Amino acid sequence: MAPLPPSTAPRPAPRSWWRRNQIAITPWLFLAPGILFFAIYVLIPVGQSFNISLYDWDGLGAAEYVGLRNYEEMYWDDAFYTSLRNNVIWLVLYLLAIPAGLAIALFLNQTVTGIRIYKSLFFFPFVISQVVVGLVFSWFYDPSFGLLNVMLGWVGLGPVNVLGDEDWVTYGIIAAGLWPQTAYCMILYLTGLNAVDPEQIEAGRLDNAKGLRMLWHIILPQLRPATFIAFVVTIIGALRSFDLISIMTQGGPFGESRVLSFYMFEVALSEYGFRMGYGAAIAVVLFLIMLCFITYFLWSMYREEKGR
Amino acid sequence: MFPTPIEKQPRGAQIAYQSLLPFALILWLLPLIAVAIFSIRPDADFANANYWGWPSSFEGVTNYGKVFLESDMPRYLWNSVLITVPTVIGAVALSCMTGFALGIYKFRANLWIFFLFVAGNFVPFQILMVPVRDLTLDLGLYNTKTGLVLFHIAFQTGFCTLFMRNFIRALPFELIEAARVEGVSEWRIFWFVVLPLMKPAIAALAVLIFTFIWNDYFWAVVLTQGAESQPVTAGITSFNAQYRAAYHLMSAGSIVAALPPVAMFFLMQRHFIAGLTLGAVK
Repeated sequence: MAPLPPSTAPRPAPRSWWRRNQIAITPWLFLAPGILFFAIYVLIPVGQSFNISLYDWDGLGAAEYVGLRNYEEMYWDDAFYTSLRNNVIWLVLYLLAIPAGLAIALFLNQTVTGIRIYKSLFFFPFVISQVVVGLVFSWFYDPSFGLLNVMLGWVGLGPVNVLGDEDWVTYGIIAAGLWPQTAYCMILYLTGLNAVDPEQIEAGRLDNAKGLRMLWHIILPQLRPATFIAFVVTIIGALRSFDLISIMTQGGPFGESRVLSFYMFEVALSEYGFRMGYGAAIAVVLFLIMLCFITYFLWSMYREEKGR
Repeated sequence: MFPTPIEKQPRGAQIAYQSLLPFALILWLLPLIAVAIFSIRPDADFANANYWGWPSSFEGVTNYGKVFLESDMPRYLWNSVLITVPTVIGAVALSCMTGFALGIYKFRANLWIFFLFVAGNFVPFQILMVPVRDLTLDLGLYNTKTGLVLFHIAFQTGFCTLFMRNFIRALPFELIEAARVEGVSEWRIFWFVVLPLMKPAIAALAVLIFTFIWNDYFWAVVLTQGAESQPVTAGITSFNAQYRAAYHLMSAGSIVAALPPVAMFFLMQRHFIAGLTLGAVK
């Protein structure tokens, strides 16, 4: 606001002040409740967690300041490395949802009768809660009656207890997670394919571009916004994996299917004892991993905003 | 259109495609179909290990009847409703306001506040868990629906603000300028000019948030315990503990728990998809 020249004739003070500053003040009034809520429940707790990670605290009694001792313990903790390794596996394999979603979207991007119902039914796993997905897949994998083993039996393969095998368990859970996530990526690409410029496709066809070459050089560049969102939601989904693990294995067998998000919960809130400080330290590590991605996402968004 | 429309392909390819579709769909939904079949089997089938043969009788009505009449399931469902609906209203209301402020006004902190909301929306839940649980305990709201609702509103405001702000950005700004020239106050511009134009965004967000909150499990476990306040996602685990090895009942229970968001999706499909794509992939 430029300072007003002193010669301005005096007007009724409050009204004119409001008039002059209305546009500067209104956004803050509109933002106030949202920011307040968000600060109390999201922004401040992030800082508090950093602080709690420096204490030894059972959640009830007095907290004892221990400096970086929680982080030191983590450094020697095998379960932490198992969780971290599984987090990496989750991140890498979860990204398969993107090409898989694209493949299904290409398969369904036709205009035959009833295709809309097919599209909705293919999408439908995403709407179901992860808890139910977890239950459905643990029965699917069940060694005594699961459909997976029935089908393996048809081709002469012996029963596999996917969720009871420490080498397979993480992959089994990720497969369950990929089911809804692929559906999500599929719908993103279906919407994106709708908006692909038909003239460019025709031009490509005239230049004899077909199949994969057409897909790579003409279609995919136009699907970039869809790919970006698919990437964001898949990364976030992979690092947030908690429900499936909690429902399907409780981190077992022998803690082999833990990821950081689940291990943190186990340390802080399960019967192993309420170790809030150590839990918070694990959460801080998870947060820092996520922060790398968040920074990248925000940076992409920032460039886009400036480009407008 | 890409790939080449099937109508332009030879007749054989068309028939192959048309017959492949239902086959692929069944394969895709196989785990779910299995559960649906389980849910109408009688108890005896499981005792006789007749898992995949023809059901010895169809007990759909009995099984679902038991879920609704003899278990805590209706209570959990009702809790879910009482948690989800206020959250949707609260988060949409707050984000209409924040989205309006960030979408219409130009001030220095604008982009930074916006990024704060976006970043907050992406943080892992675990970094919030200990302090939020503590805060909820201090407020005396632990194990209440209110405690859960307050947190959900706050957290969802991040995502909703992202959505609303981008939507409002895409509205014609001349409308607001014209109103200002007419001397309409900012509050009235929000209420009479912008809000009516936001109806599609509100519908999309409402459906989406409904699904997110209904399906939330983590916070339900952290902030509640017991049948008086737990939503159905958390309740289903106690339900399953009660009917351990009664797969017909557990299957029926799972389907009941999953149904409301599914119904919401099929009823409001267009809005739902507009919401999922964050309005960015048009």
